[in-house]
Formats: sequence, structure tokens, C-alpha cells
Amino acid sequence: MEKILVGLKRVVDYNVRVRVKGDGSGVETEGVKMSINPFDEIALEEALRIKERGEANEVVIVSIGSGDAQQQLRTGLAMGADRAILVETAEAPDPLSGARALLEIVKRENPELVILGKQAIDDDNSQTGQMLAALWDRPQATFASKLEFDGNSARVTREVDAGLDIIEVDLPAVVTADLRLNEPRYVKLPDIMKAKKKPLDQVPLAELSVPDSPAIAEKNFEPPAARERGIMVDDVAGLVSALKDKGLL
Amino acid sequence: MAKVLLIAEHDGTSLNPNTAKCIACAAQIPGAEIDVAVFAETAGDIAAEAATLDSVARVLSSEGEAYRGALAAVLAPQIVKLADGYEYIFGPSTTFGKDLMPRVAALLGVNQISDLMSVEGERTFKRPIYAGSAVVTVEVPGGVPVIATVRTASFRAVAGGNSAPVEALDLAAEMPDHTRFIASETGKSDRPDLQSASRVVAGGRALGSEENFDLIYKLADRLEAGIGASRAAVDAGYVPNEMQIGQTGRIIAPDLYIAIGISGAIQHLTGIKDAGTIVAINKDEEAPIFEVADIGLVGDLFSVVPELTEALN
Ligand SMILES: Cc1cc2nc3c(=O)[nH]c(=O)nc-3n(C[C@H](O)[C@H](O)[C@H](O)COP(=O)(O)OP(=O)(O)OC[C@H]3O[C@@H](n4cnc5c(N)ncnc54)[C@H](O)[C@@H]3O)c2cc1C
Repeated sequence: MEKILVGLKRVVDYNVRVRVKGDGSGVETEGVKMSINPFDEIALEEALRIKERGEANEVVIVSIGSGDAQQQLRTGLAMGADRAILVETAEAPDPLSGARALLEIVKRENPELVILGKQAIDDDNSQTGQMLAALWDRPQATFASKLEFDGNSARVTREVDAGLDIIEVDLPAVVTADLRLNEPRYVKLPDIMKAKKKPLDQVPLAELSVPDSPAIAEKNFEPPAARERGIMVDDVAGLVSALKDKGLL
Repeated sequence: MAKVLLIAEHDGTSLNPNTAKCIACAAQIPGAEIDVAVFAETAGDIAAEAATLDSVARVLSSEGEAYRGALAAVLAPQIVKLADGYEYIFGPSTTFGKDLMPRVAALLGVNQISDLMSVEGERTFKRPIYAGSAVVTVEVPGGVPVIATVRTASFRAVAGGNSAPVEALDLAAEMPDHTRFIASETGKSDRPDLQSASRVVAGGRALGSEENFDLIYKLADRLEAGIGASRAAVDAGYVPNEMQIGQTGRIIAPDLYIAIGISGAIQHLTGIKDAGTIVAINKDEEAPIFEVADIGLVGDLFSVVPELTEALN
């Protein structure tokens, strides 16, 4: 394989307790720790392992976002990606526009494989990979936990509700990474220094001439319905009688 | 009238219980007229089952060998052929629906709502984001179909007793061969299905090994409960992936949920917040799971769980 393209999204770190803004206009992101979406980190790790096994020559990472996303791309370069592309936009695009922008990058780069995270942990949409595959008219292998190559096709094990599904896809294809695909490496200090010299191209989103899509409007944000803290019992007998009181036994 | 096309989920032989929950969601749309589409190798029994569900106007059934494994690349073009005239196209927010519906939406050139949790109006809905830390109200612009996956844990299944007509479809859409189904490895068990069980017992990292998970199985058997796990327990290989509950696993709503040796990370809690009663057993009284538990017991699971199993004898 000549090239693997990996998508990296900048998101609120998974350890942050996300709070809704008082006026319901969004969630608090001011001064909050930002990271690479964990599933995208897994996607990148997989691409790097494929390259290190000698099955690919180049790993290119791409992010759609504000200039701040350069931080996450630099981290991706430090992990081992060869070069980075930032599709710059002040406003986060809707999923369809995001997929269309990625398609333009795919057309420029011609990768044999695109690996994305199975979902981003901010909007939890789980759409981009499937949409890109549809627009590209290529196979999709979502929720991947294992990936093997055989010539011009890939065999993918997918985590599904009932267990595991195994499918075979012709390349080029889009794969989306699930949690158990691998455990991403830690970035070492010398690699961070080296990453500073790796190429990072910036392309304004407007330059990709992505058609307008009917975006779904986000009207209001609110905290979820809270569950009340209940009672504490001292021992098993207390637990059994509390369950009986609720008619559950 | 609001025409709804709902994509049925099944395992090749019978209808997945999530379908009846999706229908319950669709039925809340003002003026909904719901058609259920079944794509299967052999669709007869599945379609017949769908026809019994309340609120269903018609069942549309399409058969073909290519439907084996329910590949999105195969199904999406069929659904697009069928889409004309429908204002709404819904599927369940399961791995089946999440894989399929965005592909359908992109082919139709529209965006998709993921994890629709409530119907607020004809084109206004709510959905959770940030692992359930926030709920956003979304509105789909006029003039385009509403494509959505339904967070089935938010809806109660419609009842049976209907006898809707079943019509065979002849779609003749292309069947791409670039994606091939090879095999399924499903953990068939006699235990109640995690998604639809009225009681669920789940274990976390604290169990420490696959063997120790036996404690969970024994308690679950006593309660006739389904079995779940935290991500940490699945990652450690104590149980298979289909048992994972949470943001990236199953979203469940049993009457009773018992979390054992599970700390209560937000990514886990989002999968159980619709449970009727949450019981937590944890040796750390500061564990976040106690903030959402209806009944909490601080103690060592290795003594508490066998004692509880015994007490239920
Ligand atoms: C992107 C992403 C997605 C994720 N998705 C999910 C998901 O879908 N589902 C999920 O569950 N997690 C998910 N996680 C992981 C989540 O953040 C937690 O790491 C995980 O839920 C912890 O599992 P645990 O509670 O079993 O383990 P721990 O957090 O280690 O908790 C173990 C608990 O057991 C208690 N304990 C230890 N010994 C005993 C004993 N002898 N008796 C009683 N109690 C004991 C401890 O006090 C502790 O509270 C996700 C994380 C990320 C980053």
C-alpha cells in the first residue's frame, strides 16, 4: 500500500467533566483540556503499525478545524505520521460537509486506506466514516477491532452488538476504529522535537468547494435529567430488604 | 400525514426487539404512517413478526442472498431506491443502524440525527452528546427527509396484535460486490439478552479474572438476569465485547441494574441512566457510581456477592 490517510479530530479530553453553559448555547470549552479524539488516536496507531510492518509507505493525517487543531496534528506527527493537513475552518462543519471535505482530500491524496475513529466523543455522532465511504462509493468497515491485509483487500473484524462480524473489503476502503483495535503508543520527547520539522499543510475549507448541505440546527443545550442519589445499606440483608421494598424481588 | 420508513433489524431468523422500540419512537411523530422495511435472505418470518406490531401500516419485504450479514454497502442503495416519498427514515441506534443509516443519509445528500432520544415536534428532537453529559435539541430544516438512528433505550416497545399487510419489494438497485460478509462470531447463550433483559448484573475491573466473573454469572442466574460489563473488564479479556455497556457499548434500560466493582465512569453511566433501579456494590465509598445508585452497598464484592447469591436462594 502506498498511502494511508487518517482523520484526527480535536475534542474536549475524555477526562473533562463537560458542563452546559448557563444560557443553553453550548457546552463550556473555555480553558478546557483538548486532545485528539481517542478513537482517532487508535486509528493513527493502527496506520503506524501497518507502516512499521512494511505494508504501507506513508501515513498522512488530516484534521478539519480551527488553527488550534495544529496542536493535535503535531501530536500525531510526533506519534509517527509523515505529514499533516489542516483543513481550516472557524466553524465546525456538519458531518456531511466534513465527509465531503475529507472526500476532496481523498481525491487529492489517493490513499488505498482511510482510517477514522468510529465516533468523536464530543458530538458522539458516529457518521463521518460511513458518509465518506458512501460519497466515495467505496467499502466501509466500521467498529474495527482487527485488520489484516491480503493483496488488494482487507479482512476486518468488527465489534457488533451480537459479538464479532468478519467482513472482507476491496481497497481502497474506509475503516473506522473501535477501542480494542490497539493501544496507542505514548509520545516521546525527542519525537515531539522531530515532529516540529515535519510538513503541516493548511488548506482553507472554502478552497475545497464543498457544496452547502442542509445542516441540522442545534437549538438548545441542557444538562441531562439528573438521577438522585439514593440510599446506602449496611449489609446484604439491608440490600435484600431494600430490593423487596421496591418490589424488585 | 407523515410517511415514515423504518428499517427493521434482525439476526436472519427473527426480528430484533429494538425494532418495536423504534416504531414507538416513530409513532410519536404527528400523523405518522409507518412502513417497516425488512431486508433478509429469507424474509417471511421476520416480516410476519413485524406485521404484528402496533402502529405499523405496511411491511415491505425484500429478499436476496446479498443481504446476508446486513452489509451497509449492500443495504444503503436499496433503501435509497425506496426512499422516495418518505419524510422520515429511521433505524435503531445499534451497531446495525449506526453502520447503515449514515451511509443512507450521505447517498441522499442530507445529514443524520444520531441517537434520537425524544420527539419534540415534527422536525424537532433531542439527542445526547458528550457521553450523555449534555442533551441538545436539534431541528431538521424543511424540504429534506429526516434520517435518524433511534436511541432505543429511551422508548418502550409497541405492543403486538396488529396484522399489517406485507408487500414484496422488487428494488433492483445495484448490489456492490466490493464488500463481502465472511462470518459472525456471536456468543450464543441461554441467558436473557442484555438489551432486552429486565434485570442486568454487571461486573467491572475489580473482578480481576475471567474465572472470578463466575460470581457474576451465579448471581445473574439466580436473578434470571442478563450480564454486562465495564470496558475495563472487556479490555482485560474477562468477558467478550458484546457485554460492554456504555458510550461505546450497549445502551440499556432494565428495571434493575446491579453494578459490581464498577467505578461509574461517565462513559459507563451513559449506558445505564435509563435503568429503573441502580444498585452499586463497591468497596470504595467515594466511587462515583454511588452518586447515581438508588441502593448502595460499600463492601468487598468477593464476600458480598456470594452472600447475596445465597440470600436469594
Ligand atoms: C473513548 C472512551 C470510551 C469509553 N467507553 C466506555 C464504555 O462504553 N463503557 C465503559 O464501561 N467504559 C468506557 N470507557 C472507560 C471508562 O472511562 C472507565 O475506564 C471504565 O468504565 C472503568 O471500568 P471499571 O469501573 O470496571 O474499572 P475501574 O474504574 O478501575 O473501577 C473498579 C472499581 O472496583 C472497585 N473495587 C475494586 N476492588 C473491589 C472489591 N474487591 N470489591 C468491590 N469493589 C471493588 C474500585 O473501588 C473501583 O471503583 C471509555 C473510555 C474512553 C476513553
